[in-house]
Amino acid sequence: MRNSLLILTCFFAGLLLTRQTRLPGWLTDDRASLYTLYALLFLVGVGVGSNGQTWTILRRINWKIVLVPAIVVLGTLLGAGLAAHFLPGISWQEGMAVGAGFGYYSLSSILISQMHSDRLGVVALLANIMREMLTLLLTPLLARYLGKLAPIAAAGATAMDTTLPIISRFTGSEYATIAVFSGLVLTVLVPFLLLLLLG
Amino acid sequence: MWIILLFLALGTLAGVALRRQQRLLSWANRGATTAVYLLLFLLGISVGGNQAAMSALGSLGTQALLLSLSGVAGSVLLALLLYRWLFCERD
Repeated sequence: MRNSLLILTCFFAGLLLTRQTRLPGWLTDDRASLYTLYALLFLVGVGVGSNGQTWTILRRINWKIVLVPAIVVLGTLLGAGLAAHFLPGISWQEGMAVGAGFGYYSLSSILISQMHSDRLGVVALLANIMREMLTLLLTPLLARYLGKLAPIAAAGATAMDTTLPIISRFTGSEYATIAVFSGLVLTVLVPFLLLLLLG
Repeated sequence: MWIILLFLALGTLAGVALRRQQRLLSWANRGATTAVYLLLFLLGISVGGNQAAMSALGSLGTQALLLSLSGVAGSVLLALLLYRWLFCERD
């Protein structure tokens, strides 16, 4: 929550600054953000590869658990694609790409703005921050009325970090393992799916 | 843009190799956080200079909310079916 507020602050700081003053060329040049993006992707990989839990969980994996991130991908893309189909000004591929952030707002918004447009990058930033907030707010209700996988599905990629504590509290520790696994798989899938949808 | 997967893969290999180097890893983590803030700041700059995006900011927010809700609804619905089908026999 604090993180997403800081992210929004950075975004709006940049937005206001460029309206107020003339910025030096290297700041408005696309290459600055492209190289920072490459560095970020490398560092995200370091985080995934060095995560001790990654390997213990991979050893306990079975086909039932693999189905969890699979249905999150399917459900999210269908839901967002269908909504985009009925919304003016956005195609179903664009809607699916926004959904394919799975709550991982930082990486998805940046990738989408680089691969597609700033406009869709902003939609992805807001939609994926909202996904995290919705999950934090709704987890107690989802776990109670729609089954213990529902909060994990709502959380998407955030199930491995920011929303894990609340998911674990309302579903129990065996579901926490599933949450971390699902979040991890979805985190790694974000760039792949964006390339398939927008590339 | 497939180059982004190369950086991700190289990072993962480096992460596996460095998984016992706690100090280096905490630096990597801080680096990633800083890169995210910097990139969002740069995205803000880019959007602020884009008249079309600026004038549509409100409708982009509405789009985002609807896409977010429908994505969550779709995945939660399938999760409920999967849970009933395979997971809840113990409860």
